[in-house]
Amino acid sequence: MSTAAVVTGKHAGSLRGARLPKWAPLAIAAVSIALGLGISAAAGLHSKIQWALIAALLHVVGTYGIAARVEGRRQAKDRVATSLVWVAFLLAVVPLASLVWSTVRRGVKVLDLYFLTHSMGVVADSEPGGGIYHAIIGSLEQIGLATLIGAPIGVLTAIYLVEYGRGRLAKSVTFFVDVMTGIPSIVAGLFILSIMLMLDLQPFGFAGSLALAILMMPVVVRSTEEMLKLVPNELREASLALGVPKWRTILKVVLPTSIGGITTGIMLAVARIAGETAPVLLLVFGNPFINNNPFEGAQASLPLYIYQQYSQSAGSPHAFNRAWAASLTLIAFVMILNLAARGIARWKAPKTGR
Amino acid sequence: MAKRIDVSGLTAYYGSHKAIEDISMTIEPRTVTAFIGPSGCGKSTFLRTLNRMHEVTPGGRVEGKVLLDDEDLYGAGVDPVSVRREIGMVFQRPNPFPTMSIFDNVAAGLRLNGMHKKSELQDVVEKSLRGANLWNEVKDRLNKPGAGLSGGQQQRLCIARAIAVEPKVLLMDEPCSALDPISTLAIEDLIGELKERFTIVIVTHNMQQAARVSDRTAFFNLAGVGQPGRLVEIDDTERIFSNPSVQATEDYISGRFG
Ligand SMILES: Nc1ncnc2c1ncn2[C@@H]1O[C@H](COP(=O)(O)OP(=O)(O)O)[C@@H](O)[C@H]1O
Ligand SMILES: [Mg+2]
Repeated sequence: MSTAAVVTGKHAGSLRGARLPKWAPLAIAAVSIALGLGISAAAGLHSKIQWALIAALLHVVGTYGIAARVEGRRQAKDRVATSLVWVAFLLAVVPLASLVWSTVRRGVKVLDLYFLTHSMGVVADSEPGGGIYHAIIGSLEQIGLATLIGAPIGVLTAIYLVEYGRGRLAKSVTFFVDVMTGIPSIVAGLFILSIMLMLDLQPFGFAGSLALAILMMPVVVRSTEEMLKLVPNELREASLALGVPKWRTILKVVLPTSIGGITTGIMLAVARIAGETAPVLLLVFGNPFINNNPFEGAQASLPLYIYQQYSQSAGSPHAFNRAWAASLTLIAFVMILNLAARGIARWKAPKTGR
Repeated sequence: MAKRIDVSGLTAYYGSHKAIEDISMTIEPRTVTAFIGPSGCGKSTFLRTLNRMHEVTPGGRVEGKVLLDDEDLYGAGVDPVSVRREIGMVFQRPNPFPTMSIFDNVAAGLRLNGMHKKSELQDVVEKSLRGANLWNEVKDRLNKPGAGLSGGQQQRLCIARAIAVEPKVLLMDEPCSALDPISTLAIEDLIGELKERFTIVIVTHNMQQAARVSDRTAFFNLAGVGQPGRLVEIDDTERIFSNPSVQATEDYISGRFG
């Protein structure tokens, strides 16, 4: 390590104590990893998790020891906190990155234009070929309809709660929204299924949309509520004091100010329901053929397709490849939604520039 | 044009808390009336009862009468929205609408009340910005966001926004307390010009400001801790600052207070 700093130590009476050089944390990390690998090899441990844990431990301890000797106790604690944050960050990122990586690696095998534009209509689940066109159509229609129902109701509920809600009714609405947030998706599916059975209906796409809308609504209400609460009261008062009625104030001042955040919330809610499998399995059932009509007959959807390729193909590698490719498509869809949400939030953010 | 305000026996509550009690005064048209008094004595509360903004606060309640040229603002069937079109307000902290350009901020009140013709809007916006002494500073960037202006400019933008809807009365709640001395001076000059057209009521913590801009001054005070605020006296500004009829007023103005 940096010998000069170690030797000089602290200057008495100076405001500047000895500092580790900038590259020290990286060097300690590199040494820790090397040691972790070495110890694992020597002890005959083969698991990657073991050497990583040893390395992480060495890193934290090493950082403290070295920093305490060179810079003093307080700085050493500071550095330990920093390195703990880094370790936690890596612990969170590693599974995520490896999930994305394995999905991409396995997904790209069969993901091509053909795959995106063909259905499974004439392909047996254990055979190669086929695609996810029917599942994409199903997903888009079911999610689209669910959003058309769930988003407006959710936003209006939030407006009621923040702008008008007082007393018992508002309290009970808040309570039910809280309860709805915790509803497991399969229960929402069963609820719609019970209605379908009462009316003697066969599975169809819109039934799935209804269950998805139930799952989406509380998320939209919550996020919209938070966004509306962020709008300063002074803006509402400024508008009311101009003689603008309350409903117009909400429409022209409150909503435009918070529209970026509200859209982000809706997009995230959409992303959440895009991966729902259970209610779709119950209510939409799955269908290898293309069915463009969400109001009649079974449909497919991406999560359902993934599940069925895995569960109904008796371990065929072709089906596995298709499942991974469909997963990749689903992740890409969710990612695009997230990016779009960020874009809209930035574009619509209140402007302050000169 | 400007109108007279006649308040009698006005009491205002926040829930069960009585904030001001039994206030009566007359505010003449085309005058500037300053409200002075220690913090928490109910100046803002009283000001907000004059255009029915008080009831916007949850739990806000008012008893008593406020006559605007003989019409009781709190009479049965009076629409608070119409009251606020007659009696505009400028707040302590400049609060331009952050999503709107300078032009749209000034046009907001008109647009939100249904005026949409571009040429008419342009005329009113220019007139209002000129009225607020802001036109020359912003005429080249009317389409830029209002939030990008300096604090003093923003406050004049808010004044332009308020006068664009042609109110009869303009209420200002410490309009300069967030501003630097130069911007304050600009707004004081502006108040002098605006009183030709509007009845102006201004709350201020700055005695010199009250002395400089107002024709009449009202002194408010608390009867004691936890008691509602009351009007101590209202008189010509000159008299209040030279020879007030109540000792408490003199103590407050000369800084011998409490
Ligand atoms: N939003 C509110 N809710 C409850 N009480 C309030 C509210 N605003 C003001 N008050 C109370 O009303 C009294 C008068 O306040 P205010 O009118 O703001 O005084 P000033 O403007 O003279 O400083 C104070 O006792 C204050 O605590
Ligand atoms: Mg005040």
